[in-house]
Amino acid sequence: MARHWRTGAAGLAVLGLTLTACGGAKVGDTSSGSGSSSGSSAKCGTFNLAVNPWVGYEADAAVVAYIAQHQLGCTVNKKDLKEEIAWQGFGTGEVDAVLENWGHDDLKKKYITGQKTAVEAGQTGNKGIIGWYVPPWLAKAHPDILNYKNLNKYASEFKTSESGGKGQLLDGDPSYVTNDAALVKNLKLDFKVVYAGSETALIQAFRTAEKNKQWVIGYFYEPQWFLSEVALKKVALPAYTTGCDAVASKIACDYPVYDLDKIVSAKFAKSGSPAYNLVKNFNWTNEDQNTVAKYIAQDKLSDDAAAKKWVDANQAKVDAWLK
Amino acid sequence: MTVAVEKPEPAQQVADTAPELKNPRRKVTRPMMVGAILVVWLVLFAVLRGKQTLTLAAADLTGLHRWFNDLNDSIGADRNSNPLFLYFFNEIRLVIDNLVTFVQDLISQPSGDRPLPQIGWLGVVGITGFVSWAVGNWRVALLAMAGFAFFGLQGLWQESMDTLALTLSAVFVALVFAIPLGVWAGLSDRFNRIITPFLDFMQTMPTFVYLAPLTLFFLIGPASAVIATVIYAAPPAIRITAHGIRSVPETTVEAADSMGATRWQSLLKVLLPMAKRTVVMGVNQTIMAALAMVTIAALIDAPGLGKTVMQALQTLDVGTAFNAGLAIVVMAIVLDRVTTASSTRAEQARNSTGRFLKWRRPLLGSGAVGVVVLIYLSHTYLWAAQFPGDGGTGTHITNAANSVTAWVQDNLSGITNAFRNTLTNGLLNPFQSLFTDSPWWLVGAALIGMAVVLGGWGTGVTTAVCVGLLVGTGLWSDAMTTLASTLVATVLVMVFGIALGVWMGRSTVVDRLLRPTLDAAQVMPPFVYLVPFLALFGPTRFTAIVAAVVYAVPVAIKITADGVRAVPETTVEAATAAGCNTWQIITKVQLPMARSALTLATNQGLIYVLSMVVVGGLVGAGALGYDVVAGFSQSELYGKGLAAGLAIVLLGVMFDRITQAAARRTSA
Repeated sequence: MARHWRTGAAGLAVLGLTLTACGGAKVGDTSSGSGSSSGSSAKCGTFNLAVNPWVGYEADAAVVAYIAQHQLGCTVNKKDLKEEIAWQGFGTGEVDAVLENWGHDDLKKKYITGQKTAVEAGQTGNKGIIGWYVPPWLAKAHPDILNYKNLNKYASEFKTSESGGKGQLLDGDPSYVTNDAALVKNLKLDFKVVYAGSETALIQAFRTAEKNKQWVIGYFYEPQWFLSEVALKKVALPAYTTGCDAVASKIACDYPVYDLDKIVSAKFAKSGSPAYNLVKNFNWTNEDQNTVAKYIAQDKLSDDAAAKKWVDANQAKVDAWLK
Repeated sequence: MTVAVEKPEPAQQVADTAPELKNPRRKVTRPMMVGAILVVWLVLFAVLRGKQTLTLAAADLTGLHRWFNDLNDSIGADRNSNPLFLYFFNEIRLVIDNLVTFVQDLISQPSGDRPLPQIGWLGVVGITGFVSWAVGNWRVALLAMAGFAFFGLQGLWQESMDTLALTLSAVFVALVFAIPLGVWAGLSDRFNRIITPFLDFMQTMPTFVYLAPLTLFFLIGPASAVIATVIYAAPPAIRITAHGIRSVPETTVEAADSMGATRWQSLLKVLLPMAKRTVVMGVNQTIMAALAMVTIAALIDAPGLGKTVMQALQTLDVGTAFNAGLAIVVMAIVLDRVTTASSTRAEQARNSTGRFLKWRRPLLGSGAVGVVVLIYLSHTYLWAAQFPGDGGTGTHITNAANSVTAWVQDNLSGITNAFRNTLTNGLLNPFQSLFTDSPWWLVGAALIGMAVVLGGWGTGVTTAVCVGLLVGTGLWSDAMTTLASTLVATVLVMVFGIALGVWMGRSTVVDRLLRPTLDAAQVMPPFVYLVPFLALFGPTRFTAIVAAVVYAVPVAIKITADGVRAVPETTVEAATAAGCNTWQIITKVQLPMARSALTLATNQGLIYVLSMVVVGGLVGAGALGYDVVAGFSQSELYGKGLAAGLAIVLLGVMFDRITQAAARRTSA
């Protein structure tokens, strides 16, 4: 038996040596190539960037992270988190920046004025539009549907198994800002708000509706990558005036146009990191964001590849952020 | 994946309740009493419809919800000064973070100056094969190696290793607590009684409820993900270990005692070795439960396959989500087969011839040397460190899944809509309005009445407590909506479960064909098939029901099949000889004799359906599921989400106690 044992070991040794001989490139060799860009970067250190779960935000984060990593030499940690948890992370030091904040006065009150763990870092340049949308075929077939006053006329067409005999107004992800229940009541619409519960469910409902010519009306927002696939049409609600949304239960007006803004942790703002400077200066248009979001959502590029494509074409804008 | 063993209590408690059953004054049969309760309920419903229904609008809160909010806020506010945080939670976090980072450095993440992990794909595949062979047999070793190589071909090597690292760490931490607790619960009846409600709580409380607080206690990072996983995955190991210890024959323990063994000796030399096989099954269940948490943990930034699934979902990319989901399924099947093989290995080795045993040791030795060589290679050379190729197989899988989904959506959505509307309007809506539009006290009284009839007075008391607490959560109406959907889903689960379970129990060929599909359906993250279901059925309660049925039906099928197979063959032969046809054998012999298996299947089916309530909230089910999701997303609704989570637990406890008591009665 000892003989077998020895033969086995010898065989393995030979095998090992052969494999080693034809080994090829070693692991350490490649690190010098990719590591060189981070050589100049001792100053920046790590940059913890929250990524909230919608593609527009993913586009913001992709570009900022790409620049921070490749042009500032930071070590970027992207963290996939919902808004609430991301803000919570300001206090614990786990999150440095949130790049696209939609209003969220509740969170501002809690973390900026209350706990003082977060501070504002200016606008992103994106205009956030929230409202009720219908699929394009419907807007074309019944153009008057784009005014809320005519919605009751069509209410029965929007009936579903979920809406209890009324028209169905579909709402999406519960984390998004919504006054829809109050709106339906105060505008005396014969509709019921049905909670789809996620953005995925909402988008799929609109996609099916456009394809099969079904009647759907629901909450949606811009900028959003899906609009370049199906150009949903917005229904006009009574115009927004300052203060018309002061009392939540009495709201009877459209959503304001949100100037989306950036929030950073108080510590990060004082750190003097070049990444903070980048976040503060970061500013682009809805078209810019839609372009990158389309690269990610429809052309299926990775975040990094999408960001590189946009940065290569828009270096001038990027340079302005780096000043 | 066999969850049948998770509820070992009924067998032991039969003896306790038997005397009560001999009560002679039962002339009114149970079905008649159930019928009477239903008739009274329907009559009163017609009279009192719409009164005292305790509805609460989506944005409204009760005092309890606000109190939960304040509690959560105050914990968050003094996080940095509270000594409990500084010296307790932070220490736990550090230990777990270091553990996970260590495993990640080994197999998944760049470590130190290296751009790649310490051990590359070749080394990991080698270790996997060797370990599977050492604890199991060469067949599972081949399966394990093929499975791991498949991750690389899918283009998901690093994601898979991240998931593996997190799962292994979580299972390790879970077992460190679960095995000692399980042994204790196995030895002490009193401890078992104390810990059982906690285990129920840990298994039925929706994870969404405690994800946000966990990140407050343990920060965003691996520690929170591991702890969330441990909370969900430890209970099966505790229950099954306790069950294993209890199943050791008392005579054996007495024999050891009479030979003068101390408590420790009889534990270490008798109880644990004899319960080993069952304990390994507990480990198996813990691994499966840990893998079920992969996608949910991704919501708090846990790295790995779950992130791929969640990110693909944002762009409705079913193909990519399916590819990642498939990797989770493969990992689950590999780990399941390896642990199952290791639990049976000792016996097989005893039965096999001595020649093999003589060879085993030197073979293991040379295998170990081979693995060391592979590890060295994968540490040093690029080709062995980084999986070659660009994941072409993954692209094929993605494209195939996309085109199948597209075909199904294009061709079936007309039929599915009609089907959905018929079922919703004909069955679900009337049924639901019976629960939501009746006064709360009427529904509560009916539930308690049913519990007493089906399970006895003790169960009635439990149900009464649950009903009272449900009212206390302030979410009575939502709870009733969820209850109605849950019951409809469970009925569907049992219809499919019995049909397929009988088929599978009667034929080994069907069993062999169906079982892998069932395993896959159980571990495939539900998020993967939500998008196609949404396309077919829209964001409705029905979609949520379908998703829950897909998730819960495999368990019901497996338990039913096992029950049918356990019917003694001689009985079936006797019935055949007496001239029964197949239909008669099934309905008059096999199903009645498998009655306790059917009740267990109903119990597990219900619990599984209930665990999908939150997923249902993401696709239009509204009610408690939506409340939990909303609570996770918005700080003002946190308290309401927590209350909704508690309501789900209460529904689960109520169902569980009623069905278990009913099971005890039917088997007695």
